[in-house]
Amino acid sequence: MERFAGLLDSLLLTPSRNGKLELIASYLRETPDPDRGWALAALTGAIDFPVIKASTVRGLMADRVDPVLWSLSRDFVGDTAETASLLWPEPQAARNEPPPTLGEVVTILSRATRASAPIVLSSLLDQFDTAGRYALIKFATGALRIGISARLAKVAFAQAFGVPVDDVEEYWHGQQPPYSDLFAWAIGTAPAPRTDQLPLFRPFMLAHPLEDLTIDLTDYVAEWKWDGIRVQIVNVGGDTRVYSRGGDEISISFPEIAGALNIPAVLDGELLVRGTVQGGEAGGAASFNALQQRLGRKAVSKAMLNEAPAFVRLYDLLILDGEDLRELPWSERRRRLEGLMPQLDPERFDLSQIIAVKDMDALGEIRAVARDSAIEGVMLKHRQSPYVAGRRAGLWYKWKREPLLIDCVLMYAQRGSGKRSSFYSDFTFGCWNGDPDAGAELLPVGKAYFGFTDEELRFLDRHVRQHTVAKYGPVRETDRSLVFEVAFDSVHISKRHKSGVAMRFPRIHRIRQDKPAHEAERLETLRALIT
Amino acid sequence: MAGCFTWIKADPMGIRIVPADAWIDPSRPVERALITHGHADHARGGHGTPLATAQTLAIMAVRYGVARGTQVAEYHDPIAIGGGVTATFLPAGHVLGSAQILLEHAGERVIITGDYKRSPDPTCAPFAVTPCDLFITEATFGLPVFRHPPIRDEITKLLAARAANQDRCVLVGAYALGKAQRLIAELRAAGWNEPIYLHGAMETMCRLYETLGIDLGDLRPVAGVPKAALAGAIVICPPSALNDRWSRRLPDPLTAMASGWMRVRQRVRQRGVELPLVISDHADWEELTSTICEVNPAEIWVTHGREEALLRWCELNQRKARALALTGYEDEDE
Repeated sequence: MERFAGLLDSLLLTPSRNGKLELIASYLRETPDPDRGWALAALTGAIDFPVIKASTVRGLMADRVDPVLWSLSRDFVGDTAETASLLWPEPQAARNEPPPTLGEVVTILSRATRASAPIVLSSLLDQFDTAGRYALIKFATGALRIGISARLAKVAFAQAFGVPVDDVEEYWHGQQPPYSDLFAWAIGTAPAPRTDQLPLFRPFMLAHPLEDLTIDLTDYVAEWKWDGIRVQIVNVGGDTRVYSRGGDEISISFPEIAGALNIPAVLDGELLVRGTVQGGEAGGAASFNALQQRLGRKAVSKAMLNEAPAFVRLYDLLILDGEDLRELPWSERRRRLEGLMPQLDPERFDLSQIIAVKDMDALGEIRAVARDSAIEGVMLKHRQSPYVAGRRAGLWYKWKREPLLIDCVLMYAQRGSGKRSSFYSDFTFGCWNGDPDAGAELLPVGKAYFGFTDEELRFLDRHVRQHTVAKYGPVRETDRSLVFEVAFDSVHISKRHKSGVAMRFPRIHRIRQDKPAHEAERLETLRALIT
Repeated sequence: MAGCFTWIKADPMGIRIVPADAWIDPSRPVERALITHGHADHARGGHGTPLATAQTLAIMAVRYGVARGTQVAEYHDPIAIGGGVTATFLPAGHVLGSAQILLEHAGERVIITGDYKRSPDPTCAPFAVTPCDLFITEATFGLPVFRHPPIRDEITKLLAARAANQDRCVLVGAYALGKAQRLIAELRAAGWNEPIYLHGAMETMCRLYETLGIDLGDLRPVAGVPKAALAGAIVICPPSALNDRWSRRLPDPLTAMASGWMRVRQRVRQRGVELPLVISDHADWEELTSTICEVNPAEIWVTHGREEALLRWCELNQRKARALALTGYEDEDE
C-alpha cells in the first residue's frame, strides 16, 4: 500500500505524460503480484467495492469532526478523500505491525458487508499514515480522479513490458483484476489470452477533429455524424451484447437491439431513437434529448419501447462469422457491411449513408445545413483505413457543425475541484426574461467550467471575489456585471430549470468585458433555438 | 469594566487604537503606526513614526529607507503611547523581531498577535503566552486539516532528496524574510555545512539577519557560479522564481517549496513543485486553538485567514468571537 500511495502522490506531482507513463511502468515492473494488478485496476477504474461509498467515508468523518468544520475543510482542500486523510485522528498507540499490502486490503474490503463497512474501513484507516489513508480511500471508493485515463494506464502497461498497446487493448476486456493472465502474457510466461470465443468489447476507432486541415475527397469518404451514442453490437455463440463508448454494457437498457442481432458479427454504429428531427422525415431519427430519456435504465417498459423505439445506424463491420475484418481497408469492410444489410432486421438496423460530394467546398455547404437537420456534423474516413483502436492521425476526421453563440450574464460561481480547488471556476449564467431596463430578471440557463485560458481563469476568479453579493457555502452570487459569450451545441426543453431550457455542451467562448449586462440576450432568443 | 473594548476599532485598513490615534499594521501610510513584524503586508512604508522592535525597524529601513522618526520597542517593556494607552511588545515567534502587541487601557488588556507560531525557530524569540481580556488573533492556517509536522522531518526529506539526486540541485522556494533564514538555520542544525546558494533577492535579508546576530554559515550568491558547480547543491529562491526563467541557469533543479500550504496536494500541484516541504511560520490549527485555551481571553477577534472555521471552533467551545474583515494581508507565499 505504501508503494501505491507513493505512486499516486508522484503521479499527482508529475505534469508530463511521459513522466507519468514512466512512473506507472516502473511501478508495474517492480511491484509483485497481485498488488500491481489491483493498482492497475484502480488506475483503469475497474475496481469497485459496492458496500464502500463516498458516503461511508463521510459517515465516518461525521462521527469524528464537526460538520461545519468538515465542510469548510472539504471546500478548501477540494477532495473528499484527501480531506478525510488529513482530518483522520492519528491513533494514540504506535503501529507495531507493518500496514496491510494492497492485496490484503482487497481481501479485507471484499469481505465487508453493508453493515460492517464503516468498521472495516475505519480500522484500516487506523493502520496508515496520511498518504496511506488518502490512497486507501481513493482505492476503496473506486474514484481516483487523479487525471490518469484508463488508456494512459494501458499504454504504461505496454511500455513496462515492451508489448504492443493494441494487443493490451484487445485482450483487456476479457480479463478481470488482478489481471494475472495479462501479466503472465506480458512477462512471457504464458500465451496470449483468447478472445475470439467471448462476446467481448473491441476498442472503438475514433476520429480527430478536422481543425484547419484540407482533405482530398478522392482519398476520403464523407458520412453524417449522427447525434446519438456510439455503440458496438457483439454476437458470439448466440450471445448478443450492446456496448457503449467506454466498453460499458448497455444491453439491458436496449433489449430491442440486443434481441435483433442473430448473426455472429461485431458491428459499429450510432444508437438513435426513431423520429423526424435529425435529417427530417427521411432521416428517421429523433433528437439526442429523446435518446437521453432511455439511457441508464435498468428496466424498460413496453410503453417506452413503443414510444421511443431505438435502432442502430451502422458505420462499420469489425468481425463477421469469426473472420476479423479490422485489418482490411475501410472500402472493403463497407462492401461487406452493405452485403450484410439484407440479413439484418430493417426495423433495428439501417446503414449510415455516404454523402455524395465532389470537394471540400461542397461538403462545407452541406455541413452548414447540418444545423437545420439537427445532425452533429460530418465524418471523413480514409478509404484505405484499417479499423484501429483509438485516434490515429490521417485516418478518420470529424468536422462538427459550428456552435451556437449567445451572450449571457454571470450569476453564480463555485470553486472547482482538484487542480482548481482554490479558483472560482464553475460559472452559472443567465438570460433576461424580458426587457432588463423594464425590470426583467435574469434566469439561469446553463453552467460551464471550461472554454477559458488559465489567464482568463485568474481574471474570472478575481472578478468573482471582487463582485460577490452573497455567499452560499461554496457558491458565490455575483453582481450582474459580467457578460460571457457562451458557445453551445444545442438547446433543449428542460423541466428541471426555472428558465425551461437546458444547453448541451456549453462552454465560455469569450469574456465580453466590453458589453454591458443589460445588452445580454433574452430568454426568447434561446427558446427559438430549441430542438 | 472588561468586555467593552470600545477604544479598539477594526477598520478595513487595520486596527485603530482610538484614544492614542494610532494604528496597528495599517495598509495605508498613517502618522502613528505600531508594527508587529517586517513582512510587507504588515509593515508598509511611508508611516510618520513607526513603533516596532529594533529588528523590525531594521528590516523596514532596508525595504523602505529610514522613516522620519522611529521609536524602538523592547520586548516586555511597556510604552505609553498617549490617550492613556500602554503598549507592550511581546515575542510572537513568527520571524526575527516579530511581536504580539499588548495594549492596556481603562483596565482592559488587549493582545494583537500579528502573525505567530508556537513551534521552535532558532532565528527568533519564542511566543510568550500572556493573559488578556481580548485576544485578536490571526487564522492563516485556521482549518483543522493544517497540522504542521516537526521541521526536522521536513529537513530530513530535503537532505534525502538532495542525496538521491547528486547531479541535480535542489531549488527551494522560501519567503525571503523569515522562512529562508529559518530553513538555513535548521539545515545547519541538521549538520549541512556546505555552502548554501542564494537567489539575489534573498541576499539582503540574510545579510541583515547575520548583522542582527543570527549565524547562517557559508552563504553564496548563485550569480556567477558555473552551472556544473551547483550539482548536488541546495539553492534558495523566492517562491516566484521557482518556475521563472532565472532557474534555467541551474543544473536540472529539483523544485521544492517550503510552505504550510504544502500540506494540501492541490496547492502543491498549483505550485508545480516536485518536493513539497510543510514548513510554516504560522500557527497550525492545533496551535491556534490551544493558544486560545492557554491565553483564555474573555473574547476573541479574528483578523485574517480562514476565520470561519476558527469562529466555528470558538462557538463549539463556548467562546465569544467575531471576525474582522481586514483587507490587504496576503499569505499565499507563506
